Amino acid sequence: MAEILEIRWHGRGGQGAKTAALLMGESAAEAGKYVQAFPEYGPERMGAPVTAYNRISNNPIRLHCSVQNPKYVVVLDPTFLGAVDFTNGILDGGAILINTSETPADWKQKLSLDGKNIRIYTVDASKISKEEVGGNFPNTPMLGALIKVTNVLPVEEALNAIRSKLTIKFRNKPELIDRNLKAIQRSFEEVLS
Amino acid sequence: MKIRHSLTGNEAMAEAMRQINPDVVAAYPITPQTEIVQLFSNSVADGKVNTEFVTVESEHSAMSATIGASAAGARAMTATSANGLAYMWEVVYIAASMRLPIVMPVVNRALSGPINIHCDHSDTMGARDSGWIQIYSENSQEAYDNLIQAMRVAEHSEIQLPVMVCMDGFIISHGMEVIEMEDDDTVRKFIGEHKANYSLLDVKNPITMGPLDLQDFYFEHKKQQAEAMKNSAAVIRDVAKEWEKLTGRSYDMIEEYRMEDAEIAIVAIGSATGTAKVVIDGLREKGVKAGLVKIRVFRPFPKEEIAKALANTKAVAIMDRAESFADFGGPLFRDIRASLYDHDVRPKMVSYVYGLGGRDVMPEDIASVYADLERLVKGEQLPMLNHLGVRE
Amino acid sequence: MSEKKVIPAGATWKEIPVAGIIPTAGTAQEFKTGDWRTRKPIHDEKKCINCLRCWIYCPDASIMVKDGKVIGIDYDHCKGCGICANVCPDKVKALTMIAQSEEE
Repeated sequence: MAEILEIRWHGRGGQGAKTAALLMGESAAEAGKYVQAFPEYGPERMGAPVTAYNRISNNPIRLHCSVQNPKYVVVLDPTFLGAVDFTNGILDGGAILINTSETPADWKQKLSLDGKNIRIYTVDASKISKEEVGGNFPNTPMLGALIKVTNVLPVEEALNAIRSKLTIKFRNKPELIDRNLKAIQRSFEEVLS
Repeated sequence: MKIRHSLTGNEAMAEAMRQINPDVVAAYPITPQTEIVQLFSNSVADGKVNTEFVTVESEHSAMSATIGASAAGARAMTATSANGLAYMWEVVYIAASMRLPIVMPVVNRALSGPINIHCDHSDTMGARDSGWIQIYSENSQEAYDNLIQAMRVAEHSEIQLPVMVCMDGFIISHGMEVIEMEDDDTVRKFIGEHKANYSLLDVKNPITMGPLDLQDFYFEHKKQQAEAMKNSAAVIRDVAKEWEKLTGRSYDMIEEYRMEDAEIAIVAIGSATGTAKVVIDGLREKGVKAGLVKIRVFRPFPKEEIAKALANTKAVAIMDRAESFADFGGPLFRDIRASLYDHDVRPKMVSYVYGLGGRDVMPEDIASVYADLERLVKGEQLPMLNHLGVRE
Repeated sequence: MSEKKVIPAGATWKEIPVAGIIPTAGTAQEFKTGDWRTRKPIHDEKKCINCLRCWIYCPDASIMVKDGKVIGIDYDHCKGCGICANVCPDKVKALTMIAQSEEE
């Protein structure tokens, strides 16, 4: 299983965790990878904690179960601290990406990860989204940060894939395509480690 | 021409339906199937198919309208899940006994109650004696391939039986995977034009369908159904071979994974077989001779193939994602035990009911079954009936 | 229309159409229902004004008509319901019901 990259997304209903996982999967698929993207379904409620997953590999993926030991965890909402155990099961040598205005050092302390081999990355995805897209949609900037940090896809290829997917998604609001891409690009630059 | 896509199982089924371009689809929404007919109705609205799409008020009506359309000679489809299948129950039998080649995706979901929308096979397992051919899919790719092949099997002039094409709810229906699709022309050429043996709308040849059929002939008609079901196995294999020639993707009644020298084996249906393959690879690296028999076609039941595949094993676990409440394991367990009855050498055989109501099946769960089988081979006594992973 | 074929009682499963389909129309003609009858209509040609009400109302198409005239009753299919006698105009009464056992 070592050759499968596993990712877990944490968001709230309405923040786009599932959409981000699908976009990540589709981008990786367009880059020639084998992928899975699937949410953990429950009753769908705006604001309730939602989990979604990705698997990415160079070979066909046969596992059909949830991800227990992700290498990367993406947290769309910093208010999960203390409410959702998003560090659960994360692999040694893994990383957590958090949407926050604070620094990785701040969160290393908050999560009491001192001494553990887990990297923290932060980016203020909500701020970027508000400035570029015009609302709090942290999923696309967090996707940008994830692509940067995982380095699993060539950036240009990933951007092209995301553009083509956003073109379908926003066919009735084409102005949002470039704005989202700008947000993704800003998070490439602004993600802190 | 192959097209590489990342699609959920529901999207794959909806795309296959678009390519099939049926004359009539009558459907009612139910989770987790809803998306299939919702996406298909987009194709109808966008003019990508010529289908007459009938929005009915219940599943009973969905199957009834589909039966009517099929009896009129149309290529007719519907789709459902769980309680929807239960609600269309009496007409499910009528579709089969009228010998109508209806193809229906069923997205497997637990039957209530308590209320649950997640995957198990209790819905279609209950319909195993309804006279429908049942084909199960491990993943989105198989769901796509199975649905297209099912058209040919159902409409074969010697078979004329409806087919359920099953895939696991949410796990496959809502999980995105990379699949290979064939182009529209290839699919349409493969399935060909539907030429119904009879049509109720043929005014020049008026006929009666579904008449009263009492003690004098009903039994003979049931024998015909049983015979068609028996003959369908050869057609299922032929259609699979033809599809393989076209696509390179091979199918049979069952799939054997690392069974050539397996001493212990699991038999299972659906998405969990993918996870089992990963577990087997790990066990093989440790020298454990583990294998898997995946059931693709459950009706007709591939009794000879299964008996042959298991002939040289020492212990076998039959995994059912449905509880029969018979105090004798699930339906797959009992059918497989019966398949081996006439064989002199039989492996030890235990039943595991697993994954009910969408309970996740992790590699560790499957590994624990293989560990049990190893203990069984060593001569330890184990209970015959087990509920895998249930809290005691 | 395809040729009418009568399936004999005792035909095997290989000899009968699938699913009980009746592949031709008008097969009821081959099925004699006259022995269901307990009462029997008698037609009086002399009284009959050939209004054909009986022909319209007969649920079993058992009033035989030729050139616009009632020529008799198809006793192979008449079940003796008596509707014909009932609709025959009061002033005419060309149809009367008698018990089947009264047959001459």
